[in-house]
Amino acid sequence: MRQTTDIITVEHLSHAFGNKTVLQDINLSIGKGEFVTILGPSGCGKTTLMRLIAGFLKASEGKISIAGHDMTTTPPHLRPVNTVFQKYALFPHLNVFQNIAFGLNLKKLPKEEIQKKVKQVLKIVIMTDYEERDVDSLSGGQQQRVAIARAIVNKPEVLLLDEPLAALDHKMRKDMQMEIKAMHKKLNITFVYITHDQEEALTLSDRIVVMSEGVIQQIGTPTEIYNEPKNSFVADFIGESNILNGVMIHDELVEFAGHRFDCVDKGFAENELVDVVVRPEDIYIFEMSEAAQLSGQVTSSIFKGVHYEMTVITPEGFEFLIQDYHCFEPGHTVGLRVKPFDIQVMKKERLCNSFVGTIVDKSHVRFLKTNFKCNSAHKFPIGSKVRVAVEFQNVILHDSEEEGVLTGVVSFILYKGDHFHLTVRTKDKRNLYVQTNDIWDDGDTIGISISPESIHLEPV
Amino acid sequence: MQQKVLTFLGRRRNWTIPYVLFLAFFVLVPMVLIVFYAFTNAEGAFTFANIQKFWIHPEAMNTFLYSVVVALITTFLCILIGYPAAYILSKMEARKAKLLVILFILPMWINFLIRTLATVALFDFFKIPLGKGALIFGMVYNFLPFMIYPIYNILQKTDQNLIEAAQDLGANPRQVFLKTVFPLSIPGITSGVIMVFMPVISTFAIAELLTINNIKLFGTTLQENIYNGTWNYGAALSLVMLLLIGITALLNGEGSSRAAEEGNLI
Repeated sequence: MRQTTDIITVEHLSHAFGNKTVLQDINLSIGKGEFVTILGPSGCGKTTLMRLIAGFLKASEGKISIAGHDMTTTPPHLRPVNTVFQKYALFPHLNVFQNIAFGLNLKKLPKEEIQKKVKQVLKIVIMTDYEERDVDSLSGGQQQRVAIARAIVNKPEVLLLDEPLAALDHKMRKDMQMEIKAMHKKLNITFVYITHDQEEALTLSDRIVVMSEGVIQQIGTPTEIYNEPKNSFVADFIGESNILNGVMIHDELVEFAGHRFDCVDKGFAENELVDVVVRPEDIYIFEMSEAAQLSGQVTSSIFKGVHYEMTVITPEGFEFLIQDYHCFEPGHTVGLRVKPFDIQVMKKERLCNSFVGTIVDKSHVRFLKTNFKCNSAHKFPIGSKVRVAVEFQNVILHDSEEEGVLTGVVSFILYKGDHFHLTVRTKDKRNLYVQTNDIWDDGDTIGISISPESIHLEPV
Repeated sequence: MQQKVLTFLGRRRNWTIPYVLFLAFFVLVPMVLIVFYAFTNAEGAFTFANIQKFWIHPEAMNTFLYSVVVALITTFLCILIGYPAAYILSKMEARKAKLLVILFILPMWINFLIRTLATVALFDFFKIPLGKGALIFGMVYNFLPFMIYPIYNILQKTDQNLIEAAQDLGANPRQVFLKTVFPLSIPGITSGVIMVFMPVISTFAIAELLTINNIKLFGTTLQENIYNGTWNYGAALSLVMLLLIGITALLNGEGSSRAAEEGNLI
């Protein structure tokens, strides 16, 4: 689907607000006529990226080219880009016709031509006969259509859509998705669509750019992103998934949940620790039989309209989410099976927390701007730099902030079948990764401590 | 008894009673009296003579028209000076802008008579003759803050998204101002006009002091008549002014209600 000519190229783009980096070394090219979605949770930098492309922000570093010209410093009114804003941003002092004609009037087109173009575009967004209406009198969906009309009437090279459907209700959103997709086909304009809704991204896009914490996590077609997520973040963010710790025994054999499974992944070291993803719809569930690779007991079963969503716990204590058309009642013992092709093995991003620290005295080491008691600190000269390693399970979290030596906020939670993998963000925006069996909520403020014997030091 | 007082105070509606009484005595009754006096003669008999006198009497009519012209000039100058000032303030960092707004409003804390007397002293000191020029200066000086503040208020609240939308659709900075920022700030201007135009017509102290009583404004005529005991004629003149206020308010009706919605001064 991708064509050879790139309409937007972004190279080594970084952006910071004050000393807070929001985008880091973004590289992206978007083909002419393509429908690309930039997808990520709020605060991932997707809106900043859009604003940089539109020209509302000046990049701290890097280069943006649009239609073959370097436009890194071009002001927004000279860029061949039009935007559909999240809150529509229709001019309240103008009526529907005047709003749509705004860009055409600036180009000083003759009156009859403007008339004709506005009429045409109103037809495209199915808003014929609304010309004279006051924009305040329109419903949210109608305002959205006017906002789209106002942008596409200028025939831009690129149409940026910043979460255009976020304010609409579910049913309306579905309808508008289809209309936007149809419009894209008809207009032959490149669409860059910003959203946090993974379903919207999968439905609409030719390609999806998944972002998190200012970094592109993966670029690919919807099927690539869904079937072969590059890391546990993407797997968790796109669709439902079972993510577990695993060990790659050797090529095409992986061990997880206490069992070995044939898979199709290659190129890992022997016994390398990996993350394994299995989609809930890829697990076969049936009455216990010879064919089962895993056995387990159904703990819950919920009817979801088309399928049932069931959780099954194995004797080894791993929990699986399973979707199937057949219902198995809670308490039922079932067999599970996964086809090699449906097991997605991913490299782990990190195996433990690592920091650079300084020895403070015989029993303390300083990292994360905090002094930690450490049993092996005496082996290093005072004031020397050391590499600090702390395993995920050795970070202790406390309900009250006072109990810890350092406070943080839970920013990301990943369920790994038998435990949680948390990302905890400290006050000065450093991440700590924690493995725990306790249940925490996203956004919880917690105290953090580490026992003196589990801080491992190494010379730098 | 105590119980009764408590239930009486407990009803929130009852709390409005002092306000209603105040309005009745100091707004409603005087209004009725103005109308009554305007249409009666010294003996209390019904007559149109007072109103007729205003139409035929060239002096009163001339003062009236002169006052309107002074008010128009003052309002125009206030917009001319006030709009850019408000615009610059709205573009400034919030903390600095707040400080400057206070500086603009600070002179308002001094009684305007004292302020005007000080202006007279200032003109004397620089040997500038008092008269028409001084009158306009005094008016603009006194009423400028009432123009700046509502405009600043509305400009400062301009939706940044709309400015970006205009840029996005191809407007250069000048066009962004002319096609979005300015039209969106019109309710602020309307609000400012109402706060400047009408008070200027009715002020007499500024005119008296800054023109050494050489130029009479409508307010002066009004005050003179009341002072000299010709209450009926004075009431008729007041009625004319009330009508003018009413008409302006009606003409600005839509604008001012929008301005009020957006949290302006009135």
